Amino acid sequence: MDMITFSGPPSSGKTSIIMKTIESFIRREIKVGVVKFDCLFTDDDLFYQKLNIPVRKGLSGSLCPDHYFVSNIEEVLDWGKEQNLDILITESAGLCNRCSPYINDVKAVCVIDNLSGINTPKKIGPMLKSADIVVVTKGDIVSQAEREVFTMKIESVNPKATILHVNGLNGQGAYELSTIVYDDKHHIDSLEGKKLRYPMPAAVCSYCLGETRIGKKHQMGNIRKIDLGEKL
Amino acid sequence: MSLDLKKISIGDLIVKHPFVKDFFENQLVPYQGYETKTIYEFFSVIDYEVIEENAINEDLFISGLIDYIDLMNSYFVKEKETEIKITIYPGYYKDGTMEKFEKLEFHKGEVISIVGPTGSGKSRLLADIEWAANMDTPTKRKVLINGRALEPHERFSASNKLVAQLSQNMNFVMDLSVIEFLDLHATSRMVEDKDVIIEKIFIKANELAGEVFSKDTPITELSGGQSRALMIADTAILSSSPIILIDEIENAGIDRKKALDLLVKEDKIVLMSTHDPILALMGDRRIVINNGGIEKIIEVTKEERSILSELEELDKKLMSYRNKLRYGKILKYEEEL
Repeated sequence: MDMITFSGPPSSGKTSIIMKTIESFIRREIKVGVVKFDCLFTDDDLFYQKLNIPVRKGLSGSLCPDHYFVSNIEEVLDWGKEQNLDILITESAGLCNRCSPYINDVKAVCVIDNLSGINTPKKIGPMLKSADIVVVTKGDIVSQAEREVFTMKIESVNPKATILHVNGLNGQGAYELSTIVYDDKHHIDSLEGKKLRYPMPAAVCSYCLGETRIGKKHQMGNIRKIDLGEKL
Repeated sequence: MSLDLKKISIGDLIVKHPFVKDFFENQLVPYQGYETKTIYEFFSVIDYEVIEENAINEDLFISGLIDYIDLMNSYFVKEKETEIKITIYPGYYKDGTMEKFEKLEFHKGEVISIVGPTGSGKSRLLADIEWAANMDTPTKRKVLINGRALEPHERFSASNKLVAQLSQNMNFVMDLSVIEFLDLHATSRMVEDKDVIIEKIFIKANELAGEVFSKDTPITELSGGQSRALMIADTAILSSSPIILIDEIENAGIDRKKALDLLVKEDKIVLMSTHDPILALMGDRRIVINNGGIEKIIEVTKEERSILSELEELDKKLMSYRNKLRYGKILKYEEEL
């Protein structure tokens, strides 16, 4: 079984892109399953179910969704193997720009959209920087020039990635994406000993542990103060 | 690559390849003050906290820097290919029967319209061309560029993009004025004599647009016709893609004939998917698509050309009525246009 992780900021079109890619897999008779990670709520599993493929969702609740992702990914891989999948797709919540749930040797796709603003590639960090494939969406509603400029910005953050423009509505480009994300000779049998491509953001302060009160004396652990300049 | 990052200082590197500055800045690597050091020396002296704060990975950054320099240099080399020819070999209809044409060739400066009912496979044809299909798409068509199939890395490289797109639904989304926008695009394309090109695009766009706009107009405030005019002029002159794919051009606020002439003059291959009879007949040829396959390739006949002239007269009349109503006039029969 091969495995791909999809990541990207909220509302960038991850689910639409994955749906269109899965439709191509189904047409090619490749057995595919999806696990969707999210934080509080997701309906995406229902969309995937309509394609009649095995689907699971994981809600991280009060935990950081990407930390939750890493702590569960082995079980998810085992589930995929039990389902006899050819390819297992995971979709991340895409909440914080600092995170990237990419694993060495597991294909990493970052979905980002043309409407998100010219500085977004710079803001996203490891999620974009360390991706193998960058899928750019919503190109059908912005001008050619803006698409070109946006692509250049992505290249300056991740010159190694293959950049693909895919239309999440009509699926233009999804077939091509499906051919480069799946390799029938590449198998992920176990994640033991594998590493994340980039460390996740550090946490563990009193607020991580449920503190709600505001004020210096309630702040413990990993705390950092904002620099507002010299006091007058 | 002749560049030895172990020997060259960051400052010299930036002088040699000015675009490297963007790479440092977009990767949030604070090189300022370390210009005399090499990139390796920089990483050995920089505070670890800075690296962690900005989510920098040293190995990834350095190998990325080398890739980026190669990538950007490849843009310089490949400017304006002299000849471009696209050849399409037949694939299959949705029902599995083979398409009936032998082969189809497009040359630069040609306008080809694509007609067919919605869902007939127009987008698939355009995607086959865009990805230079090699019997590996649902239609199994084969597309050759200048007589050869593209290598996988060429097909998926963003810099080699064959097709630029213009469609009715496209809008400008950046908060920039016309001049700032053109400057940004020209800078990212790394063209020489940038100011000359920007001026040329600006003048052309105004020629195409019905209503004149200034350089200081925010692009998001342009009217539909003005936006379309600017997009077409910009794509014709500044985009590196040899093929322009147009999905309808609305009739209002833009001179469609001039727009096509501009694209042809800039040596583009224009593929135009349309339901509008005037646009369909403006092409040198038209491709008729049905059930996922190319059904016919029709050269425009003499009779059709004279019908086109009539249609254009009708179109003019319609536009003049439109303008009269806009300026408060009352319409009358038998009036001189």
